[in-house]
Amino acid sequence: MKIVVAIKQVPARDSQLRVDDTGRWIQEADLNFEINEPDAYALEEGLQLKEKNGGEVIALCLGPGRASSTIREALAKGADRAIHIEEESVATLDTLGIARLLAKAIGDEKPDLILTGLQSDDLGYGQTGVVLAELLGWAHSTIIMEVEVRNESIRVKRELEGGWFQHIEMPLPAVLTIQSGISKLRYASLMGIKKAKTKEVKRLTLEDLQVHAMSQTNVERVYLPQKSKQTQLLEGPAKEVAAKLVEKLKFEARVI
Amino acid sequence: MILVFLERSGSDFHRLSFETLAAGQQLGAEMNLPVAAVVIGDGASEVPNATVFSITHPLLAQYTADGYTIALEQLIRAKQPTYVLLPHTYTVRDFAPKLATRFERVLVSDVVAMRAEGGNLLLVRQLFQGKLNADVRVSGVAPSFASIQAGVYRSDQLQAATANVEEFSVAIEASDIRSKPEEPFRETVRAVDLSAASVIVSVGRGIKEKENIPMIQELASALGAELAASRPICDNGWLPMERQVGSSGQTVAPKVYMAIGISGAIQHLVGMKGAKTIVAINKDAEAPIFEVADYGIVGDLFEVVPALTEAVKKARG
Repeated sequence: MKIVVAIKQVPARDSQLRVDDTGRWIQEADLNFEINEPDAYALEEGLQLKEKNGGEVIALCLGPGRASSTIREALAKGADRAIHIEEESVATLDTLGIARLLAKAIGDEKPDLILTGLQSDDLGYGQTGVVLAELLGWAHSTIIMEVEVRNESIRVKRELEGGWFQHIEMPLPAVLTIQSGISKLRYASLMGIKKAKTKEVKRLTLEDLQVHAMSQTNVERVYLPQKSKQTQLLEGPAKEVAAKLVEKLKFEARVI
Repeated sequence: MILVFLERSGSDFHRLSFETLAAGQQLGAEMNLPVAAVVIGDGASEVPNATVFSITHPLLAQYTADGYTIALEQLIRAKQPTYVLLPHTYTVRDFAPKLATRFERVLVSDVVAMRAEGGNLLLVRQLFQGKLNADVRVSGVAPSFASIQAGVYRSDQLQAATANVEEFSVAIEASDIRSKPEEPFRETVRAVDLSAASVIVSVGRGIKEKENIPMIQELASALGAELAASRPICDNGWLPMERQVGSSGQTVAPKVYMAIGISGAIQHLVGMKGAKTIVAINKDAEAPIFEVADYGIVGDLFEVVPALTEAVKKARG
């Protein structure tokens, strides 16, 4: 089974974000970057499916030069090879443009399955997998918790709202978006890290792909959200704020 | 025309459906555009909007991305709306990007505000799990697609009108639908009903390790509160799934909701922002949880929580 896992590099989860001088994106210079968390689970699922069913896992990443570190990590964890669509200004592309680039890069690979995280922690559109499936003309399903490979099909467990689930069977090839937290992520072994250095990374540019990726959506301004409530900040040493909060809970919220 | 997709949920409408209809009506008034709703399945006559398209077909009895996309594509091609608004539900997330792609358009998902500006639409959506907002302007030819987040528009502000239902017939073949959905199910019987709790102490990633959970439990016990958690805590198995608050867990509305070490991603906020009083304890002053908090403590939870437990115990005697 040939599996492509689309991964993205995003700012580390606890980053302090600052709006940049253009007012349309964030200052990236001082940030640490890591694999988008849901994509890490998609990669894990891909590696586990390969272990069960045999085949190959290809990591596919659209991102600037710095994304090489995330690609190397995927290779160290067990991906067989990678495709890196190198583009510095990814933030200006929209979901359709991104999916078109991915579809083109997948091109002649003819995988059986494409996995990706259900959404990115930075832009959070949550659409790349679905749009990619439509462009390729494949079946898809989203927010997937389990994947069971059958002969020419897969049966997946999809998460619905409010604690409900559903099994769905669909033909291959297909695209699945994977929910975060469905398994335990593996660490790269020392051997894996060593081996990763010799694995193939195919580098492509937007020019190579010849894709019309003009954006229909234009981010005009990025800013801190306005508070919907006036938050009363309680300040001071731990003991003091604890006493202040107890006052509030007792006399205003009246739950003590 | 503004077309609003209303999602059915069992024998009722999904609660977000009418919020999205309210959004459509508000935008329609601003832009001087008529508003039509579309329902797949039963219930069209119950919709409080003047124009309602009703789509019924045996192949649409159960949701599939293929079926819903084909049906709505046919309606949109026939009616040519300028804007298509959808509730940002799990179902919409599954098919709406596919639908928009059929028109070579981009769905602007998870919208938290919108306004008419200079003849076109300015949409506000969240970035970085709610840490930042972005104003997004959509260009290109109609239709434009947007999905609306929960709790942004209020269904009690609907301008109710009697539904004038128009049946819209769609052409779908069984072979068009590739996936075979089975009956939805619940994993376990839910033993904990958080919706009845008057005080909830909820814990998130900030707790760092499973070994630290008892510290939160102790505070909850001192307050006579139910213990709850954000998704990552339950995914890690540190607390059972039935204690999860958020879009994939329970929706709660206690008198007091205390969020400890929870950053406040939208998936969590939709489950708890109905609480009367929200207390947030977090080391990151810019965590989105502070946007909805009534009382905020910016600090190290490992210092604040034990102090708070002690203070609560003392106050209760």
